[in-house]
Parts: sequence; structure tokens; C-alpha cells
Amino acid sequence: MRHIISILMENESGALSRVAGLFSARGYNIESLTVAPTEDPTLSRMTLVTRGSDEIIEQITKQLHKLIEVVKLVDLSEGAHIEREMMLIKVKAVGGHREEVKRLVEIFRANIIDVTDTSYIVEMTGDGDKLDAFIKAVHEDLIVETVRTGPSGIARGAKGLAI
Amino acid sequence: MELSGAEILVQSLKDEGVEHIFGYPGGAVLHIYDAIFKQKDVQHILVRHEQGAVHAADGYARSTGRPGVALVTSGPGATNAVTGIATAYMDSIPLVVLTGQVPTPFIGSDAFQEVDTVGITRPCVKHNFLVKDVRDLAETIKKAFYIATSGRPGPVVVDVPKDVTSPYIKIPYAYPDRVRLRSYNPVKKGHSGQIKKAVDLMLSAECPVFYTGGGVVSGDGAAELTELVRETGFPITSTLMGLGGYPGTDKQFLGMLGMHGTYEANMAMHECDVLIAVGARFDDRVTGKIKDFCPDAKIIHVDIDPASISKNVRVDIPIVGPVKGVLADMVRVVKGHKKRPHAGNLDRWWGRIEKWRGKNCLKYNARSKLIKPQFALEVLQKVTGGDAYVASDVGQHQMWAAQFLQFDQPRRWLNSGGLGTMGFGLPAALGAKVAHPDKDVVCVTGDGSIQMNIQELATCKHYDLPLKILLLNNGYLGMVRQWQEFFYEGRYSQVDVEARPDFVKLAEAYGHVGMRIENPTDLEEAMREAFAMKDRLVFMDVVIDPAENVYPMMEAGKGHHEMQLSPECELS
Repeated sequence: MRHIISILMENESGALSRVAGLFSARGYNIESLTVAPTEDPTLSRMTLVTRGSDEIIEQITKQLHKLIEVVKLVDLSEGAHIEREMMLIKVKAVGGHREEVKRLVEIFRANIIDVTDTSYIVEMTGDGDKLDAFIKAVHEDLIVETVRTGPSGIARGAKGLAI
Repeated sequence: MELSGAEILVQSLKDEGVEHIFGYPGGAVLHIYDAIFKQKDVQHILVRHEQGAVHAADGYARSTGRPGVALVTSGPGATNAVTGIATAYMDSIPLVVLTGQVPTPFIGSDAFQEVDTVGITRPCVKHNFLVKDVRDLAETIKKAFYIATSGRPGPVVVDVPKDVTSPYIKIPYAYPDRVRLRSYNPVKKGHSGQIKKAVDLMLSAECPVFYTGGGVVSGDGAAELTELVRETGFPITSTLMGLGGYPGTDKQFLGMLGMHGTYEANMAMHECDVLIAVGARFDDRVTGKIKDFCPDAKIIHVDIDPASISKNVRVDIPIVGPVKGVLADMVRVVKGHKKRPHAGNLDRWWGRIEKWRGKNCLKYNARSKLIKPQFALEVLQKVTGGDAYVASDVGQHQMWAAQFLQFDQPRRWLNSGGLGTMGFGLPAALGAKVAHPDKDVVCVTGDGSIQMNIQELATCKHYDLPLKILLLNNGYLGMVRQWQEFFYEGRYSQVDVEARPDFVKLAEAYGHVGMRIENPTDLEEAMREAFAMKDRLVFMDVVIDPAENVYPMMEAGKGHHEMQLSPECELS
């Protein structure tokens, strides 16, 4: 099953490679991983998407906890949560395609943030399915490149993941 | 007090109470060695290979319970140390390994003797640090010792670039009394509700057995374990790492379990209805085939490391906490409990165990004209009175030592259980001897293993460390040969260690005493003679039956009830 794990960790060099190294050393898979400092610059927040049986996910969370730099973590998939991912997608925009892509952008509530004679860059945010749907909706010959951040996640409700 | 980085490093070790460090100098650690030269409190033991330094620090730590410290230079010094670090990591041994690094401006430039030590050691340390600023040095050392020795212990590497130890930059020094890490809080106490539940289950068991591991030794829980086992009257078996955690000569002790465990221990595991696992991690060499593991048992598991719980085998009552405290709580709860273990049930259970014991699974051909390794170890046990520190290498001799030596005290049996590092024995024995100069320290080894770190014989001479080396010499890489005999139809591929050195002359060349013993009737006298030479290292080259195999054996992928017994045992 897919799990989205949110990790609060010391913002120190090497911390990210400890997490990545743990996954490769123990044969767990990482679907995506995003990380950036929080409002407290000594802490980083990481969102990690992985798949595995309940036993594997239990081991993953325990092994992550064992890393000295991991302060706290939560498996967001255990409760109600929100996921958002950002995508920048460069598409060819010539002739009739210019209008077609623009229409799609409106339907998906995305933004065009760069325009040339022959291309657009579209910025859009949403959960993974929405981004997938946009990619599917655009003719594949029109796509020049796709950049996705991978999901960031946060639990619903008033409680937060903090020290 | 204003000190340079090198002085801070040495002074921090002093303030941490370190008396001995094991190391090997080199370019990146020259400033540190200069600071070592100028003081007398911390004694540096110069080994002959960095791997030996880490194993020696490891033997020191295992035999004392105090953290071992090693110091090596950058590049090859650090990479040579890796096997030692991984060995300590697998067995949860507290070490602080200080590695030199190229100066900070050179990091990443492929400078002379540069490797990414933090990157290379990351998967085999509990934690590691790269110190980039001399102002962080003292606190980092404090953190390293704290992390290495608390919770589930393990090795910590501190990588120190040369410029951080510069004699030209002096800063005020104060060693912190304590450090706090908001992200690291090892559990201090077991959950009382879980402990109560566990005791309830234990006292209603019909066929209980304790299965204890290295955590009992490293967690200093031997006394509490002994009290609990005696109080309950339950049988107990131990892993290779846990030997000595419960008196090996006691009648409740069934011997080691696992691949080369005793028949009675493995059968008791298979037939038990309540398994009490303490400080053990359900390693594959212990469990055999997971599907057949303790099929009828409810499992209680006490461990300091939550990640060890339900990793390989699902447990019913997990208790996360330090074994010493949890066991003491269990003793209290058992003593205050209205229920006692059911005497009739327990008698019946012991009756079955005695039947398994009656198989005499460690029986060997005692009438052989060749020296049997089992016999050599029985003689060792007799001559030392079971009171020696014994470091073993890895292979057949290790299994025989585990089967035939009886350890009544913890921290006497030092061996590389998890990683299975050949070449561990001699340097580990050396480290133990540094810590216990007045005790007998023995290295039980094989002709394969001993040659992997034989250079440490020079260190023993240099520092006058009169170990006793018991080489069980069969001319083979015996454990591999045994597997080739059993599973590869006797195709002995690359296991015949021809062109062995004359170990007697070799010992003498290093300035030690060498003995060659070929006849069983000479063995005891020779060994007594060797141990009587209190101030000499004696290298006993004992020529054993090359065809001897380790029995009993639970093949990989089989269950505890599917053991292969020795031909002698089957005949009787």
C-alpha cells in the first residue's frame, strides 16, 4: 500500500543522505521525496512516499526513528490529510494548439507562467491524480518537459507535527 | 584554558575518562599525535593495521562495558577501519572511532589520502560526524560518547579534518558535562503494563523457555536475568552473543541455540508455548526457517531497540526498554504475583527436555588418536577453570568454543557474532588484555582466521601483552569445507590452506613462545605449561583432526526440529 510519511528532522548536512541511504540499504522503495527547511531554520520537513506491506511500513518508520537526526515522524496515510504537488510543464504551443492548451489550463485552474512564440510553461498544483490527468489531457507530442516536485503532505485538523 | 584542536581532542578523551586508545598515525592526524606525545594520561597503543585498532578497541569495550576508542588517519586509515566498525555495529558495541580527514579547504578535491569517511561509514555506524569547526570539537566528542554508549550501543565515527586540529588556533576549552539531543531520547524504562502482561503469560505457561542474546550482556542485565530464571525455574537458552549472560554451568541452561545450537535448546524452542526473548534479535542463524519458528508459542520480546521488535518474527507482547530495568521489574512482579509457575507442568516440561538432553548431542569420538577440537576446548576449560576472557575468530573453532566453553560470567566471551569477521580474534584479545592485564586472555582461532590479522603479534610484543593463542589447526578453511562436504558433494573448492607458515617459528620470530601439539595425551600438560608462563605470549599450534565437522547442525532454511546430529551421537 502507498504511504506518505512526514518527517521532522535536524536541518544538517548529511541528514538527507541518511534517509536515502537507509532506504537503499534495506531495500525499501522511495516513490518521491521532498525536503526543505521549516519556519525554524534548524529543522527540515521531509515528505516521503513509499509502498510496502504493513510490516515493511512498520520497519520503515522504526528505522527512520532510529536515525539520530530524525526528531519526529508521522505516517500521514493513517489519518485525514492533504497532499499537494507542484508541476512545471513546458508544452509546444503553435497554431491551434495555443488555444487548446490555454483552455485546458483554465479547466485545470493552472497558470501559464512563460510564453514564447512556440511554447508555454504551465504551472499547476494539486494532488498527484490531478497532475496526471493534465498530462493525459495534453497531447503527448506537445509535451517538451515535465518537472514535478513530488507530494508534500500535512495532516488535517488543528494539531501539528512540531517539537 | 586555551587549547588547540588537537589538544582539545586529547583533553576531551581524558575528561571522558578514556585511559587507552588504539591507533595508527598518518598525515592527517599528525597534530593529534603530537598532542598525544605531550601527555601521559591517555595511553596510545600502536597497532600494526587499522582494522586491528578497531577490533582491539572493540575487545576492550566488550570485555569492560566501557566504550572503546580508536584513532586512525584519513583515506586508507579510515577504509581499513571500516571492517572493524561494521563488526561493532552488527554486535552493538560502543566505540568512538576518530578518523583524520584532509583539511577542510581540500575536502572534495580528491586530495591525497582523501575519502568520504562519513559517506563510507554511514551504513555501518550508529551515527557519524564531520567536525568542520574547532569550536564544535569538544561538544561533538561528548555527543559521540553519549550516542555510542546510550540506548542500543554502537560505533560512532568522528571525522576530524587536519586544519581543525591545527596547533596555531587556540580557543577556550571546557568539556560539557552533558549533552542533550532533542532528536535522540532512548527509552529509560519498560512499560509497566506490558511487563505485568508478560509475567501473567509467563506464569500460565506450560512449556516456557527463555531465549536471551547479546543485549543481556551489553545491557548489564546478567544478574537480573539469573535471578528471574532461577525464580521461575524455566529453562534458558542463549544466542552466540549472549553466552555468559546466564551461568553456562547451571543446570537450567540448555546451551546455545541456533544453527549449531544444542539439540535440547532447539527442541525446547520448537516445542515451547511461551518464549521469553530478552535482548535478542531473531537473527536468521538463530531462527532457522521463519515459518517453522516456535510454531506454538506466544512470544514476549524485551529489547531496547523498537526496530528489533517484530522485525523478523511477529511478537505478542513487546516490551521496549533497557533489559536490566525490565528484568528487575519482572523479578519484582513475579515475586509479588499470586500465581506461581505450575510445578506439575514445569516438571513434565523438564522431563521432556531431559530426554532431549539425553541425546548428548555434543558427543564426539573421544578415543581418536588425532586431537579432536572439542577435546582441546574441554582441556582449555579445565586449565583456565572457566575464568579466562576468550576472544574467538570466525569459523568452526568459534562454534566449538561456543559449544564447549562454559561462561559463568558476562563479558568473558568476545566474538564477532553478527558480521562474522575473520581476523577479529587476535586484536580483540589484545584489547581485552590491555583492559585486564592480570587475567588470562585467550584467543581461540583457526589457521584461516589467524592469518587475517597476524601482524598484531607485534603489538602484543611491543606492549608486553601475554595472551594465549589456541590455534585449532586443521589445514582447512574448515567451515567452508564442511558446507562443501554437506552441500556440494565434497567438491573442496579453495579451502585447502596449503603453504601454512610454521606457526611456532612465526611466534618466535615475533618474540613469543611457540608450541606445536599433535597428540591428545600431550595437550593438557602443554596447555598448563603455556598458562604457567604468565608473562609470555604463548602460541599453541594444536593440530586437530582435519575431517571434524561441527554438530549438531540445523541447515539454513530448516526448522529447529530438523537438526542433523553427529554420527557418534546417532550411533549411541
